Amino acid sequence: MTIEIKTSKIEPVRNTYAHIARRFGDKPASRYQEATYDVASQINFHYKPLWDPDHELNDVSRTAIVMEDWYALKDPRQYYYGAYVQNRAGLQDKAEGNFTFFEKRALGANLSDDVKAKVKVFMLPLRHVEQAANLNNMHCAACTNFCTAVYQAVMFEGMDRLGNAQYYSRIGLALDGNSGDSLAEAKVEWMENPAWQGVRAYCEKTLIIKDWFETFVAQNVVFDSLMNDLYYRQLDQWLGQNGGQDLLMLTDFMTTRATESQRWVDSVLKTTVKESQANADLIRSWISSWRIRAQQALEPLAGAMLDDNALPEAFAALEARLEKIGLGA
Amino acid sequence: MQAKKLNVKDKYRLLTRDLDWDFSYEDRKEAFPYEEFEGIKITDWDKWEDPFRLTMDAYWKYQAEKEKKLYAIYDAFAQNNGHLNISDARYVNAIKIFLTAVSPAEYASSNGFAWAGRHYGGMGARVAAQMQSIDELRHYQTQIHAMSHYNKYFDGFEEFAHMHDRVWYISVVKSFFDDCRSAGPFEYIVAVSFAFEYVLTNLLFVPFMSGAAYNGDMATVTFGFSAQSDEARHMTLGLEIIKFLLEQHEDNVPIVQQWLDKWLWRGYRILSVVAMMMDYMLPQKFMSWKEAWELYFEEAGGALFKDLERYGIKMPECAELIRKEKDHLSHQAWWTFYSWGQAAAFHTWTPNAEEMDWLSEKYPDTFDKYYRGRLEKAAELEEQGERFYNSGLPQLCQTCQIPMFFTECGHDEPEEISYRESVYNDERFHFCSDMCKTIFDNEPEKYVHSWLPVHQIFQGNCGGEGLDKVMEYYNMGVGEMNLDYKGSPDEQRWKKWKGVA
Amino acid sequence: MSKVMIGLQDNDESRYIVAAIEEDNPTAVVHYEPAIIRVENEGSLQINRGTVEEHMGCDWVVQSLHVNLVTLTGNIDEDDDYFRLQWNS
Repeated sequence: MTIEIKTSKIEPVRNTYAHIARRFGDKPASRYQEATYDVASQINFHYKPLWDPDHELNDVSRTAIVMEDWYALKDPRQYYYGAYVQNRAGLQDKAEGNFTFFEKRALGANLSDDVKAKVKVFMLPLRHVEQAANLNNMHCAACTNFCTAVYQAVMFEGMDRLGNAQYYSRIGLALDGNSGDSLAEAKVEWMENPAWQGVRAYCEKTLIIKDWFETFVAQNVVFDSLMNDLYYRQLDQWLGQNGGQDLLMLTDFMTTRATESQRWVDSVLKTTVKESQANADLIRSWISSWRIRAQQALEPLAGAMLDDNALPEAFAALEARLEKIGLGA
Repeated sequence: MQAKKLNVKDKYRLLTRDLDWDFSYEDRKEAFPYEEFEGIKITDWDKWEDPFRLTMDAYWKYQAEKEKKLYAIYDAFAQNNGHLNISDARYVNAIKIFLTAVSPAEYASSNGFAWAGRHYGGMGARVAAQMQSIDELRHYQTQIHAMSHYNKYFDGFEEFAHMHDRVWYISVVKSFFDDCRSAGPFEYIVAVSFAFEYVLTNLLFVPFMSGAAYNGDMATVTFGFSAQSDEARHMTLGLEIIKFLLEQHEDNVPIVQQWLDKWLWRGYRILSVVAMMMDYMLPQKFMSWKEAWELYFEEAGGALFKDLERYGIKMPECAELIRKEKDHLSHQAWWTFYSWGQAAAFHTWTPNAEEMDWLSEKYPDTFDKYYRGRLEKAAELEEQGERFYNSGLPQLCQTCQIPMFFTECGHDEPEEISYRESVYNDERFHFCSDMCKTIFDNEPEKYVHSWLPVHQIFQGNCGGEGLDKVMEYYNMGVGEMNLDYKGSPDEQRWKKWKGVA
Repeated sequence: MSKVMIGLQDNDESRYIVAAIEEDNPTAVVHYEPAIIRVENEGSLQINRGTVEEHMGCDWVVQSLHVNLVTLTGNIDEDDDYFRLQWNS
């Protein structure tokens, strides 16, 4: 015998919003679809921005990249606000547990002076690098308001990077007993240590880029690929091999998040490149110039933090990634 | 080594405030180019007091908790045909206005804060703006999801996005956000965070949410309460920005005063539709517009402006006109929509006898004297099968874009249309009030560009000649979304679901 | 003097918080409205973590107010151990 709860059967008049039905047909839509597609204003704006009178408030021409339909750049993770915060809350919960355990067990005390020095000079200044990444992704958001699919994803990336900056700051506090001294020292490293000046110059340069897709390439593709390999693979390994494995509990959030975010970045890049030869050429030219800058910027850092093989390995990882996207050399 | 205990303020400063740095390799002004063009002087960003010291990890945690609860209720609402529990199907027309006018504006607000969140020189202000930006994204998406179920069963929700960019009464709200977004970063945040989110928020939010609560709309009420806690953060940002700007430099005071005068007025004007919603569209009414204005502005706003007196800020003068308009606003607005109901994407109707008596009671000085007669006549015409609709199109105010139905309440002549004009570059522009004219006269180059829906219709930019062409341009379902509630498909379906003849 | 006000969603957790507010702010007035509990006080109002924890019977983080908060008026002072609303004038 089966139990069937009788519910009142009332036929809906329609299954979803009209603009969703025009895209996907008159059937029930997902939350991602209803939240994302075709709501952003495209026409009939009332005033020109005083701060940018050559463009409309929402304007596709703030980049030289051209798409027939910008919504082709949908997020493979299908993050709308609710899905995004719930995912991050899960990661946050684990991270919080890790930080609490690290502090409760005073795992910082176990670290060798070598490891502590490595962290203070090479890891803590990342909080400033992440700050730049927050601003760059916010620049992308400010410019992509014409297409919610891109807008929300770059915004989430920007907020994630602020989260990273705050977690790196907490690592410092975990190591300096909450005095904040390690963070003040990290700032000095960032401002004055020759190993960091190339990176700082690179970050400052990205912050004056106008074309938001160029910012996207310079930050989320070229720079992040190289930094992720240097830090989340190579330094990660070094720490594991040198008695710093407890620290990996505290960087787990950043590592996990980076891998997931890369799926989205790759998807955006792939789709844009496939759209047209013009897009592909433009992206190639951006990658070409920014990788040269990145090479110059990272040589001192990679050499000082790891060794002379580190940066070539990171570039190999970037090449492999670009190859998969269809942007191989 | 025992770790030092860090208090919230110090922890937040270490985690957030110190992330920024002075540039050496590029000109920082090139990365932050918009800080000075409004004439605002910031001497020391360090004086910024973070209103809520929310780090990202805490943000994700608490917002995720709110989302879990909220979406559980949306699911339950849909699974249980919650739309059948509302007081009456006429109520749904109130939230049609909300989705078409307000929800896309939440997205526009998100856009404005994203831009501001990139461009302020101070880290504290940037983070607060960024958080508000993502909050507004939340609001626009949770509203779309809340209304998703209603859209399946009632007409008038399905083309909300298309309509927001085209329809005559919705341009009022779109132009508000276009206006503040096209302004500089400090005017933007004074307009939205202070004037709108602090001073006026209770006059938008509370009416819609209370209206929902009193009329059995569980989805909207739950959205409202869930969003309100975000609004508390937005309000405090509004208060902080105003104090910060006024304390930074005395030269900021007159600039801020002018912005307060302008934005209180523009914000008030877009609330016209809320006034009519409260007084005419809720089958179960909870408060009159007049009462709401007295409680949320005259009392609460009064205390606030008293607090600001020490900076040299005065209550905007328009407050006096608003006080006089409060006995008339909702009646004039409703009549406008009733009589142009053939071109509105929601239904309108004449109030029944009980509702008219409520209006007499709430508006003892004005309803019976000026407005009851007209509504009773309209009801009579309906009975005779001649339901009244205006032919022709209304003149719109160049600034607020509302049809010019406002009358000279400021001069105690409520039966005289309030009409002002300016000539600029040999062209004549029309306004509903002194304040709208002043706003134009202060920045004519900006306001001449307004995409006024009625002008655009006459210029042939909205489908062509004739209302039928315009309705096509609007994607407004004729005989479905528009016209009187009586005889509408909404009414027919409601009666069928309720088993009523 | 002006009143400060805090409004919380009417649920299980909020009721403990309101009890703590009443204990620490004897002149506060509590209004029960549809779905909200609104608490008003002249000049200032303070929520103390210790008192809330006594009523709740478990640890409580002041910042978690964000989940139940509906509205408030007054200047905010936020700390690990308390949450305070105040008008200066």
